[in-house]
Amino acid sequence: MSSIRFSFDDKTYQGNHGEPMAAALLRNGLLHITNSTYQGRPRGVMGLGVEEPNALVQLVTGTKESMRPATVIELAEGMAARSLTGVGSLPEDPDEARYDKTNRYVDMLVIGAGLAGLKAADEALRAGREVLLIDDQPGPGGHLRHLGQDLPSPLQDLFKHTNLTYLRRCTATGLYDQNYVVAIERRNEHLGNAAPANRARIRVWHIRAGQVVLATGAFQRPLLFANNDRPGIMLSHAAATYVALYGVKIFRTAVVVTVDNQGYRDALRLHQSGVKVESVYDARPAANGPGVDAAKAAGIPVRFRSTVLDTASNAEGLLQRVTIQYLDTKETFQTDADLLAVSGGWTPVADLATHIGIKPKWSAEHAAFLVNHATETLRTVGMLAGDFGGDDDPAVFFGPTLDAEQARSAFIDLQRDSTLHDLRRAVGAGLSSIEHIKRYTTIGTAHDQGKTSGMLTIGALCQLNAAKEDGKPGLSPADVGTLSFRPPYVPIPFAALAGRERGPLSDPIRVTALHQWHVEQGAVFEDVGQWKRPWYFPRPGEKMEDAVIRECLAAREGVAVMDASTLGKIDIQGPDAAVFLDRIYTNMFSTLPEGQCRYGLMCKADGIVFDDGVTTRLGKNHFLMTTTTGGAARVLAWLEEWLQTEWPELKVYCTSVTEHIATIALVGPKSRQLLQELVTGIDLSKEAFPFMHSRETTVDGLPVRIARISFSGELAFEINVTWGYAHYIWERLWTIGRAYDLTAYGTETMHVLRAEKGYVIIGQDTDGTQTPHDLNMSWIVSKKKEFIGKRSFQLPWLQAAGRQQLVGLLPDNGNDIIPEGAYITSLNAVPDESGKTPHIGFVTSAYYSPVLKRSFALALVAGGLSRMGETVNLPIVRKVLSATICDAVFIDKENLRRD
Amino acid sequence: MLYIPCPHCGLRNETEFHYGAEAGVAYPDPNTLSDSEWAEYLYVRANPKGWLSERWVHFAGCGRWFNLWRNTITHEIGPAYLPFTKQPKAPGSITGQEGSGK
Ligand SMILES: [Zn+2]
Repeated sequence: MSSIRFSFDDKTYQGNHGEPMAAALLRNGLLHITNSTYQGRPRGVMGLGVEEPNALVQLVTGTKESMRPATVIELAEGMAARSLTGVGSLPEDPDEARYDKTNRYVDMLVIGAGLAGLKAADEALRAGREVLLIDDQPGPGGHLRHLGQDLPSPLQDLFKHTNLTYLRRCTATGLYDQNYVVAIERRNEHLGNAAPANRARIRVWHIRAGQVVLATGAFQRPLLFANNDRPGIMLSHAAATYVALYGVKIFRTAVVVTVDNQGYRDALRLHQSGVKVESVYDARPAANGPGVDAAKAAGIPVRFRSTVLDTASNAEGLLQRVTIQYLDTKETFQTDADLLAVSGGWTPVADLATHIGIKPKWSAEHAAFLVNHATETLRTVGMLAGDFGGDDDPAVFFGPTLDAEQARSAFIDLQRDSTLHDLRRAVGAGLSSIEHIKRYTTIGTAHDQGKTSGMLTIGALCQLNAAKEDGKPGLSPADVGTLSFRPPYVPIPFAALAGRERGPLSDPIRVTALHQWHVEQGAVFEDVGQWKRPWYFPRPGEKMEDAVIRECLAAREGVAVMDASTLGKIDIQGPDAAVFLDRIYTNMFSTLPEGQCRYGLMCKADGIVFDDGVTTRLGKNHFLMTTTTGGAARVLAWLEEWLQTEWPELKVYCTSVTEHIATIALVGPKSRQLLQELVTGIDLSKEAFPFMHSRETTVDGLPVRIARISFSGELAFEINVTWGYAHYIWERLWTIGRAYDLTAYGTETMHVLRAEKGYVIIGQDTDGTQTPHDLNMSWIVSKKKEFIGKRSFQLPWLQAAGRQQLVGLLPDNGNDIIPEGAYITSLNAVPDESGKTPHIGFVTSAYYSPVLKRSFALALVAGGLSRMGETVNLPIVRKVLSATICDAVFIDKENLRRD
Repeated sequence: MLYIPCPHCGLRNETEFHYGAEAGVAYPDPNTLSDSEWAEYLYVRANPKGWLSERWVHFAGCGRWFNLWRNTITHEIGPAYLPFTKQPKAPGSITGQEGSGK
C-alpha cells in the first residue's frame, strides 16, 4: 500500500491508497467525526460498509457527491471530504463526470463474491455456463478480505475463466420480476485524480439472468442499551478489522459485549493487535467452540449472563466508561474502556429477495431472518440461506431491559436519532405493525434504510411484548415479521440513472425540414410534445404581443405562411379503408369523392372526443389522415388496435408518414394570387378549385399536393411536399412572397386565428369529458351509420342537462385577457357551507384579437349553450373579472372569407 | 420489469409494451344492450388476484397485439397467444413463491 495525503474537514491527513476512508480517519485519531442530525450528539464510525449509520461525508474533490459513508470510500491521493450531520447538499456547479449504462443477458448472475458466491460461480462455470459475478467490494472474498486472508487456492483460478465476468465495486440495487437486476458500478472514484476523464464514473447495469444466485452475506448488528451511540462504540467485527487489518492503534482498553461466538473471535483479534481486552461479556449462560477456546487460551476474561447497560463519555464526548449488568441478579458495575466492541449477531442481507415479494423466515437457531430459496431461477446461498459457516451459536438477545430514562438515549436508528423511547411512544399510541411504527418513528428511513436499525426495532418490539409471568406467551421476531425493503439497496445518484440523457439529450428533439430557416429568422420556439415549433417570429424591437398582432393581421389582411409539418399524418390504404374510416370517425368518409378533403372527429367507445383532423381521399382505396400534432402516435395506435383486435377481416394498412410529408400553410386574402405564381398548370379559382378539394401538381418538376384547407377561416392553401423538398419550395415561396409582404407566423398566431373562428383544439378546449354535442358539434355526428362511441351518446349521463359545453366569452373590459384555466361563477353564486363558491366552468383559451380589437375567450360552461348573453364572474388573483357568454365563433359566422 | 414473450419477437423488456387490460372482451353489438350493459362493457374489466389473460401490444417492436397469461400476484408470466386463436389453459403456479401483494 502506498501512502497518500487526503483532507477531511479542511485538514490534511496521511492515509493508505485504497483503504476505506473510515480506517484512515480512525488511524489519525478521529473518533468523533460528526454530530447527529437532530440531537447533535457526537458520533463516530460504527460499521465497516454500507450499513454505516454515522460517518457520512460529502466529497469536495471531483464529483461532489453527498451522503457517502466514509466506510465505503476508497482513499486516493488528493481526495478531500467534509463531514455531514446527516443532511447532504447539492453542489452548485454541474457534474461534469460521465455516466453510462449497459445491458447484459447472462446464464447466471451471482450477487456477492464472498465464499458462498464464489463457490456458486465456480460450480456453474464448471458446468459450462456463462456467469456474471458482481460484488460491491474492491476485491473478492467477502469476510475473508476483512480478515486479510487470501482466497482458498481452488477458487483463485476461477478468475481465469473466460466464461466469467467479474465486476468489482458493483452493487446490485434492485431485483425485479423475471430476474431483472439493476446494478451500479463505481468505476472512477477509487482512482482519485488519476481517473481518466473519458471514463464513466458510474455505470448502470441492466441485467437479465437465467438464474440469480443471492450470496449477499450479512451485516453484524448492534445492541440496544443506554448511550449506545458514543464515538468508540463499534460493531466488533468492524473494530477488530480496523485495528488488526488497517493498523488503527488508538484504542487502549476494549470491552467486548456479545451474544455469539463472533465476539470472541473479534476479541482475540483485538488482543493479538495489542489492545487490552478487559473482558468479554456474553449474554449467554455458556459458550463453546474453537473461537471461544482460543480467546480463553489467550487469557481474555469471560463473564456470562452479562451485557452492557449504559456508557459514559469523557469531556470530548468519547467513550470512557461502560456499565455492565449481570442479567440474572441485575447487579451492575462500571469499567473503563475507550472501545466498546459489540456483537449482536448477524443480519443476513435479505433486501434483494424482499424486492420481489419473498418473505424472510425467522430462525431462532440463527437468531436471524433467513431466505432459503432454491428454484430453477433464483437461489440463495451463504449466510442469507443460513450457512453461517462457523460456530456462532447466537442467543436471541437485543439488549438489557431499560427504564424510561435509559430508553431516551438507547438509539435504534442512529442516523434518524430515533430511540427506544420513540418506539415505546409509537406503541403507546396504538401502533402495532412494524410498517406503521417505521413511519411513525422514521426508523429505517435514512440513507442506510434500516440496515442496522431494522432488527433492533423487531427486537425492541419483542422486548415490549415479552412473555408474562402468568404464562402468556410473548412475541417472537417471527410474529413481528421483517420490514419490506424497496429498491434501491444503496442510494444511487440521479446523474447515474440519467446517464448521457442530459441536457439536449434528455428527450428526443423533433424538428421539421424548415427548422434551420426558423432559427435563422430568429423564431422563438415552443415545445409541442417533442417537436420544436416556432411560437412567433419577433422583428427587432418587437415584444411577443406586437409580433402576434402583426402576424395575425398579415393572415387576415394580406398573406402569411406557417410550417405545419408537425401535423400527424397517417397513410391509410386498402380495399376496406373507407368502411374503416366510417367506423372510426363520427362522420361519413365512404361518401367522400376522390380528390376531396373532410374534417373528421373521432371518439373513444365512451363517446368522449379523442382527436380530430382533416382526411383527404387520394384514391378509391387510399386516404391520408391528419391528426393533432400531439395525437399522431396515439391515433395510429388506436387504429391498429381496432384493426388487429376487433376487425381483422378489414383489409386496411396504416402507415405513419408524419416525417415524410412537409406541410406549408399559406393563409390570407392574397394567398391565391401568390400561389398562382408558384404553381402553374392548375386553376386556383374558387370555381375550379373549391374549398376542401385537393389537387396534385408540380413546382419546377417537383410533385406537390395543394389542398384548400383553412384552420383560420381565411382563404388558405396547404402545400404538401416530400420532406426533403420542403426547404426548396419554402424558399421559392419566399422569393415570390417578398412582393406580397409575405409574413411568417407561429403557433401563437395560429391559436388566435383558430380561436377567433371557434375551432376547438382537442386537449386544450377539452378536458377528456366532452362529447361532440358538448362542443356544439352535433352536425358532425352521423345518424346513418355505426361508429365508435355512438352508443354512448344515448347514455343518460352524457345527455344530462348541465354538462359543460363549449362557448365563447367576451370580457366586459376588452383589455382583460383572462388567464387560461380561470374558474367561472354565476353572478348570483353564494359560498356554500365550506366557504367555497361553486363554479360553473372554466376558461380554456384566451387571447387578444387584433381584428376584433379586444380580448376574447373560449370556455367550458355548465349548460353553456343555453346561457347565451349571461354575464358571469371570473375570480382571479385579488380581483374578479366579468364577461358575457356568447357563441364560440367570433368572426365571419357565414364562412365568407375562406373563398 | 416483466420479461414478456412477444409471439412475433420473443422475450422483450416490459418497457417495449403497452398494457390493454383483460383479454377476450369482444366488442358487443351496441344496439342490443341496455344502458347498464353497455356501461359494463365500457368500464368494467376483470381484475382477479391470480392468473389473468391480458391484452398487450408490442408497441416499440412489431406493433402487434397479443394475449398473455399473467399472475397478478406473483407476476409470473404464462403463455402468450394470438388474438382469435384458442386460449391456452391458465397455468398453475410455477414457483410456488408466496406473493406479498405489495
Ligand atoms: Zn413483437
